[in-house]
Amino acid sequence: MATKGKPPKPEELSKIDYTPPKRGWMDTPVVFKPGMYCHGTRAKYLEAVGMPNARDWSPAEEDWKLPPEWKEIVLKGIKERLQKYRTFHVFMDICVRCGACADKCHFFLGGGDPKNMPVLRAELLRSVYRKYFTTAGKFFGKAAGARELTEDVLKELWYYYFQCTECRRCSLFCPYGIDQAEITIIGRELLNLLGLNLDWIMGPVANSYRTGNHLGLEPHTIKANIEFMIDDIETITGIRVETTFNRKGAEILFVAPSGDLFGVPGNYVAMGELMLFHEIGLDYTWSTLACEGGNFGFFTSMEMAKKLYYKIYSEAKRLGVKWILGGECGHQWRLMNQYLDTWWGPADFLEEPVSPITGTKFENAKGSKVVHITEFTADLIRHGKLKLDPSRNDHLRVTFHDSCNTSRAMGIFEEPRYIIKNVCNHFYEMPESTIREKTFCCGSGSGLNAGENIELRMRGGFPRANAVKYVKEKFGVNMLANICAIDRAALPTLMDYWNPGVGVCGVHELVGNALVMKGEIERTLDLRGEPLPGKGGTD
Amino acid sequence: MLLKDFLLERKSSLSAKWFERVVETYPSETAKFLKNQKDPFGNPVGSTILQGIDNLFNQIIEDEPDTEKILPLLDSIIRIRAIQDFSASEAVAFIFYIKDIIRQEFERTYTNSNYPAGLREEFSRFEAKVDRLALLSFDIYMRCREKIYELKAQEVKNMTYRLLQQAKLIVESPERSD
Repeated sequence: MATKGKPPKPEELSKIDYTPPKRGWMDTPVVFKPGMYCHGTRAKYLEAVGMPNARDWSPAEEDWKLPPEWKEIVLKGIKERLQKYRTFHVFMDICVRCGACADKCHFFLGGGDPKNMPVLRAELLRSVYRKYFTTAGKFFGKAAGARELTEDVLKELWYYYFQCTECRRCSLFCPYGIDQAEITIIGRELLNLLGLNLDWIMGPVANSYRTGNHLGLEPHTIKANIEFMIDDIETITGIRVETTFNRKGAEILFVAPSGDLFGVPGNYVAMGELMLFHEIGLDYTWSTLACEGGNFGFFTSMEMAKKLYYKIYSEAKRLGVKWILGGECGHQWRLMNQYLDTWWGPADFLEEPVSPITGTKFENAKGSKVVHITEFTADLIRHGKLKLDPSRNDHLRVTFHDSCNTSRAMGIFEEPRYIIKNVCNHFYEMPESTIREKTFCCGSGSGLNAGENIELRMRGGFPRANAVKYVKEKFGVNMLANICAIDRAALPTLMDYWNPGVGVCGVHELVGNALVMKGEIERTLDLRGEPLPGKGGTD
Repeated sequence: MLLKDFLLERKSSLSAKWFERVVETYPSETAKFLKNQKDPFGNPVGSTILQGIDNLFNQIIEDEPDTEKILPLLDSIIRIRAIQDFSASEAVAFIFYIKDIIRQEFERTYTNSNYPAGLREEFSRFEAKVDRLALLSFDIYMRCREKIYELKAQEVKNMTYRLLQQAKLIVESPERSD
């Protein structure tokens, strides 16, 4: 496998011709560059969930230890999916290469590799489709944009299909509505038939299958983590909030991403939610089984995503709750909003969600019975049910990053902004072409938030960081709010590289700061335990 | 002053050529996009390089360039190239392009017979300035790469810190109460 070469000597440097050779993409072999790809999955993770061709392998090695009949497996996989998914078949045929998507991908914009233009990324698979499934491709080969499926082509597919975060920004601009995310999803499914997933994806999948969450937190650890947060809340507010686990008969099951139960700054979001639920007296419960809103199975195969999500409805049924409230997560909402109903819906054993505090019916969740927490909180604020002191967030000048999935897969634009504007006095929007449905990805979604591919992440996140830089310089923005656990894990690193001094938080951390709780002590600390400027803390 | 006047007269065309040379270090399809898309948010790499080169040019034609102003300009370009498909030398080589570009402009403008006296000496001093920029660029490149490694380590620390804290494997010094 080729890697980055040694730097040229000074005398060679002056002779370098920087004009790239004029050759087509099919004749440009893939070069695996360190920092641009993740480790291959270990066999134990595949075995844990019964996936085929489990073996330890490395993308950096020449030999990927493919099964002898790998080519037949892939072609059969393509055939099955062409028959199963009409969209996939249509997406393979209808692209006219107009180029509308070419400059919309964050990886292309930040890295400059033409194979990250969505049109070309799709073409990597289309060329194989043409060769084996179209008459023109069979007869005219390269002239018809077709090519043989070789090991090099397979490796190229792997390299670039794990350089797509399935964010769907490109599909927004496609006049035909071709969804590159779906092509990537199917491309990854094909690779999974050969055991070619990432360690960073399969580890969480195997954990989730065993414990219910990506991190592999066991029930006592989940409970201990939340109690640890309750201790912190008591230090900050003087109030010991109450919560329950696996409680039968609770009205609502709350499902948050597990990142919020463990990682910084996600844990501050969970603290804000604990405080909010306590303050309004919500009859809810956590589950130590349905303890993960995220679903890395979605980055593996549709069947695996479905398998990992079964726990949510089954747990709702077991506990006898009326409806489900979901936390601040990204792809959780693509799945809950777009897939739950298709897989198992309508969930007739649950009731149409109604806020017990305001009486608002969440008609949009009539089918799935799952309500997004920003819808729930925005409704509380709208009905004047919360006492808020936004001045407690006065040290923050906040902007909001729309997460790809909540925006493009669900259309949640106003609720988080409404909340932020009620709990903060300083809110500034990034430029219009970088927010709402046109939002730029964090560069680390769809299971790419690993450490070994950090250059890829910094490139992919650059368009977002560039827009943050603009509001930082123009308005002094120092906090990037979002409603996605992967954002909270990935954006701090991105900000540290591109915009040092800009922090990252979830929306309910800001709510927790501003929430005036009955019987609380005078607040001098924010949820991070840091002194609140002008509130008895340091100015 | 000869050189400064020469460069000031041709400022926009020389700066544009410099930008073009930098952009041509990318694959041809990408270079075309970087050059033509003017939206700073739709083309963050191209617009950052364009702005950086333009302002760098304004600085280096000064007799005494202001290092404080130059550093962030170099940083804006090198920070991008430090995480792209470039080796260290390729990432910072763009500084030297301006020498070639000006030399070519001399060749186009003057023959040996009408080459202004003193211009060569001034250009030689200019080249020394560019070389100093190149040295600063190596520092910036290294800082960017070191930052990348620091961030990698920090992510691992962040993932494990809370676990260690809860397992009481680490205990922080208590805050002073006085």
